[in-house]
Amino acid sequence: MPVLVRIPTPLRRHTGGAGEVYAKGKDLGELVDDLDRQYPGLRDRLCDETGDFRKFINIYVNQEDVRFLDGRGSQVKDGDEVSIVPAIAGGG
Amino acid sequence: MTHVRGLVCRECGRGVPQSPIHVCEHCFGPLEVDYDYAAIRAVLSRDRIAAGPPSIWRYRELLPLDDAPLVGRHVGMTPLVHARNLGEAWGLRQLYLKNDAVCHPTWSFKDRVVSVAVSKARELGLETIACASTGNLANSVAAHAAEAGLPAYVFIPVGLEAGKVLGTLVYGAVVFAVEGTYDDVNRLCSELADRHPWAFVNVNLRPYYAEGSKTVGYEIAEQLGWRVPAHVVVPCAGGSLLTKIRKAFAELTDLGLVEGRPPRMHAAQAEGCGPIVTMVREGSDVLVPVRPRTIAKSLAIGNPADGYYATQAVRESGGWAAHATDEEIVETMELLARTEGIFAETAGGVTLAATRKLVAEGRIGRDEPVVVCITGSGLKTVEALENRVAEPLRVGASLSAVESLLPDLQSITTR
Repeated sequence: MPVLVRIPTPLRRHTGGAGEVYAKGKDLGELVDDLDRQYPGLRDRLCDETGDFRKFINIYVNQEDVRFLDGRGSQVKDGDEVSIVPAIAGGG
Repeated sequence: MTHVRGLVCRECGRGVPQSPIHVCEHCFGPLEVDYDYAAIRAVLSRDRIAAGPPSIWRYRELLPLDDAPLVGRHVGMTPLVHARNLGEAWGLRQLYLKNDAVCHPTWSFKDRVVSVAVSKARELGLETIACASTGNLANSVAAHAAEAGLPAYVFIPVGLEAGKVLGTLVYGAVVFAVEGTYDDVNRLCSELADRHPWAFVNVNLRPYYAEGSKTVGYEIAEQLGWRVPAHVVVPCAGGSLLTKIRKAFAELTDLGLVEGRPPRMHAAQAEGCGPIVTMVREGSDVLVPVRPRTIAKSLAIGNPADGYYATQAVRESGGWAAHATDEEIVETMELLARTEGIFAETAGGVTLAATRKLVAEGRIGRDEPVVVCITGSGLKTVEALENRVAEPLRVGASLSAVESLLPDLQSITTR
């Protein structure tokens, strides 16, 4: 069973309106590659020209912020859940 | 009457019509309210403001409502206190405290943002109010939803101070105590806001909500006799308050209501959760999230949404930043209470302790006017002072019982 990826509203134009999609890969980098194969253009929305995740996007693997893990190298396995969440929310 | 043209992305400048949306569909940048400043300039004056109500609504032209406010008519216009005693203790001639510990109705600056957001929720046709909160926002959302007659879903991290939890439940709100930190709560609420048609005041209504914070800056300027202080010290959680106070002074300047150099904005955070202060002090352009460990729970946001913008505002204004340890926080809370008779929550201890450091480091001159933002009431965070203050003197109801204790009192009162 592949990895469940939650797609926020601003990105659903790329997924045909789907809020949850599935992708495969050993780590987040591979997962993003697979997402981009299925939904062309998604990588550019998620990553800047250096390949890092964009400043205003937070990525979570099983509710854990990947900046506390290994960023794009964070390991994922079948059955994991990945959330893509706009960074500008909450707080004061 | 409205001066709102729509929303505009702070990063890429794309505009969108008003709706419950907070992030640019194109670049994920934050959406902000786009005002018709030319129209505002044509009607707004110091006299018009002075003739307005004694609340934030005297600045209504600069707030993002299309109609009259639905709730919170008495929010704001909190005292600007010239703190002579504390100023003398620290060698500051012009130390002022903007005291939102007495903001109506829930004793924190959050009443400013929530009264705007709940009023806006109704304008946008939303019927359920919600928020992710470290406590003060929870209180204010619950109270203003009650006033509006709307249900409230409030999400807080487990382990908040008892006063903040009870002070939310009492208004009839549904409170979810989420197993995790505020940052977990925030992520959860962002995802919930994507699935439910609720007015999350600090998520999908954030562009409107955050504008309410500008009123702190407007009030400071007006209460100083339309003068601009040299320094403003602001506690940072998500970082929005600091950026919005700076925006307030910029707007007043552009509208010709004040003159002079805009204030230097200084950020205050706890040492156990200070990613914005760390960025400023280390000259870094990368926000490194932290796992919060501090008694200042209202500021315990390890991944501040406005971290980049708050850091930018500090730098561009010529300000600086300082951390406060937990010990410094409680010590300064007590000092404030004993010198000025003001009981601030832990965040107030953070901000004052940081101010003292900024003075010691030469970032704030001793003769310059400085305004320190006190954002919430100490009665909400009494746990921080447990075992710090003296016990009451239990005594029999007789003259002799009291008078037998008097010889020992000198040592107690000078404790």
